[in-house]
Amino acid sequence: MTPPDLATAVAAAAGGAPAAPIRAALVGNPNSGKTAMFNALTGSRQKVANYAGVTVERKEGHLIAPDGRRISILDLPGTYSLRARSPDEVVTRDAVLGRLAGETPPDVVVLIADATNLRLVMRLALELRDVGRPAVLALNMIDIATRQGLEIDATRLAIELSMPVVTTVATRKRGIDELVIQIEAQAANSATAPADTWTEPSAAALRALHREAERILKACVLPPRRPDTFTGKLDSVLLHPVAGIGVLLVVLFLMFQAVFAWAAPLMDLSNAGFEALGAVMGNLMPDGLLKSLITDGIIAGVGSVVVFLPQIVILFLFIILLEDFGYMARAAFLLDKIMGGAGLHGRAFIPLLSSFACAIPGIMATRVIDNKRDRLTTILVAPLMTCSARIPVYTLIISAFIPRQQVWGVLSLQGLIFFGLYAAGLISALVVAWLVRKVFWRGAAEPFLMELPAYKIPDPMNVARNVLQRAQIFLQRAGTIILSMMILIWFLCTFPGAPAGAVGPAIDYSFAGMIGHAIQPVLAPIGFNWQMSVALIPGMAAREVAVGALGTVYAVAGADTSVLGASLAHQWSLASALAFLAWYVFAPQCASTLGVVKRETNSWRWPIIMFCYMTGLAYVASLIVYQTAVAMGAG
Amino acid sequence: MDPVRRIADTDLDGPLETITLVSLADGRRGFSGYIASVDAHAPAPGGLAAHELERRLLEMGFVEGARIEILHEGFIGRDPICVKLDDMRVALRRRDARGVMVRPDAAQ
Repeated sequence: MTPPDLATAVAAAAGGAPAAPIRAALVGNPNSGKTAMFNALTGSRQKVANYAGVTVERKEGHLIAPDGRRISILDLPGTYSLRARSPDEVVTRDAVLGRLAGETPPDVVVLIADATNLRLVMRLALELRDVGRPAVLALNMIDIATRQGLEIDATRLAIELSMPVVTTVATRKRGIDELVIQIEAQAANSATAPADTWTEPSAAALRALHREAERILKACVLPPRRPDTFTGKLDSVLLHPVAGIGVLLVVLFLMFQAVFAWAAPLMDLSNAGFEALGAVMGNLMPDGLLKSLITDGIIAGVGSVVVFLPQIVILFLFIILLEDFGYMARAAFLLDKIMGGAGLHGRAFIPLLSSFACAIPGIMATRVIDNKRDRLTTILVAPLMTCSARIPVYTLIISAFIPRQQVWGVLSLQGLIFFGLYAAGLISALVVAWLVRKVFWRGAAEPFLMELPAYKIPDPMNVARNVLQRAQIFLQRAGTIILSMMILIWFLCTFPGAPAGAVGPAIDYSFAGMIGHAIQPVLAPIGFNWQMSVALIPGMAAREVAVGALGTVYAVAGADTSVLGASLAHQWSLASALAFLAWYVFAPQCASTLGVVKRETNSWRWPIIMFCYMTGLAYVASLIVYQTAVAMGAG
Repeated sequence: MDPVRRIADTDLDGPLETITLVSLADGRRGFSGYIASVDAHAPAPGGLAAHELERRLLEMGFVEGARIEILHEGFIGRDPICVKLDDMRVALRRRDARGVMVRPDAAQ
């Protein structure tokens, strides 16, 4: 039994009604160990949601103090100043000031400081002191500070800042009890908190705060006798123009390999498991709509959610390890010039690289980018990266239509086309990102101004907890929307059923068939016949489903795609096949991606924009490819 | 006392050694000194409004009197740069560093 649980039990046994719960909010600079502190305080009693109306993640947890009192803890986004610069920091500022709509103002603000790096947080502490809300300063990572021979006069610091100061090691759960005692003590003063009169500090006010912070630091902190030289030494390799890039490429390759290849066996296992489950249920149940709903709708739908989990877990394991180690900021530094050329943030490389495996984890990974516009740009272009689900489609069409011949004696024509499709996706992503920056967000470019934290060994428990939390968030929030889209697609492809004595596949008579037939005239200029148009509707479930969907509309049964390929080669012109390839480079043929974008941006606006621009791009590209090919005699 | 004013006075007074301030944006790897002034009245094209950039630099610790040294440079066009700022490390683009004027160490 953990101490808080014990306390609950004791309080319950004593029969005393606990006092009103306390609301505490955690504030701190990035890299101060705030998340570790949140985990140390609340353990697994956490809940993740969104703040009303914004895309900022709201993390709340609770604990029971030794006297039985419930303390709810809100983990606010990291910031250097109350003068907010991003939507995340606006949330922090408004929460601290008690201005946040739909949130009760916190009774106590807990400022988490990295004890080895107090300069900037001291100014934030002064800003908080001036706000006047009860506050506690936690000098975290005090073990590292002690090891460096850094001496902090906590008593003097508490007097200067007019707030209690406790020393903690969040990852070792040291000093947590003392922190809880101080939170409770400070909460008693919350009724007397002054009214909110905060205004943005001017440059002169910031300078004055800096001078005051400097004075306090001089008075309370003796510089380290054994300063950290490890970070400097490691940086001279990791930020080296040649060695640094080499290490970065190895890290990126490993990550790509992990998401692409290591996840594959688990994904196959998941697929096979759900197929087997579907088959078992199929055998148990009589034929009919209910069986179709359960096996083709629900089980297949849940399967299509779960199949993403291995990639998401592996990707976030990498991201959280790199972030906690301190490497993420270095990678962004190394890549800033390249990414910046396309109007993207240096940190956008992780989401974009991951999107080569799958856009779903890629889009979820955009939360490593703090700036809202940079994040949205990255989300918008992520699905243009050639994901692994396009490979079966490309393989089917290329092997059926492109002759196995060599170009200039050494290169395979098929391989060349394959490479061209990858390049088309990548180049179009960079161009679209650049256009978004130039056309839609012509305003000032955000400065690239980023602290490079000292390297630290990641704490395994924290890493595990944060990775699991990502998986849970995906299942709960993205999973529900993906599942409902899968069931919608199943519904469109199943109803109404084929009439008695019908010839041709049942899908022809369904809503999907009707939609396919209805849009076929629009798709005729790009060389799509009605079978191709119909296959696009079930193909919304996932890109690789298009292969199966073509099999269905052409009534080619069996798992061997070479039969289907031969059938297509017989019925499509080369121009149509090339147009189909061009379509799959750009088209938003993935309902799950749109669902995740809805979840990550908290509005339907961005998935709709994404759907429209990608469809437009796909149409124009296919039109050019088809008409050019026809003109060259491939019609 | 405002360090900018002091340096300007010294210049006007004549025969004493002339102290030239160097913009952080023009420093090479190994360049070091103390920050003499942070003013962004010549904002970079396409960048933030001057007063906003100035405040962001101040919030990151680019403040008059701070010790600064360029530790690393990016591999394309020596941009961005990584500086040691007092006891922390900060990365920024040269474009945004233009308003940070540094009094270089004597050896340079």
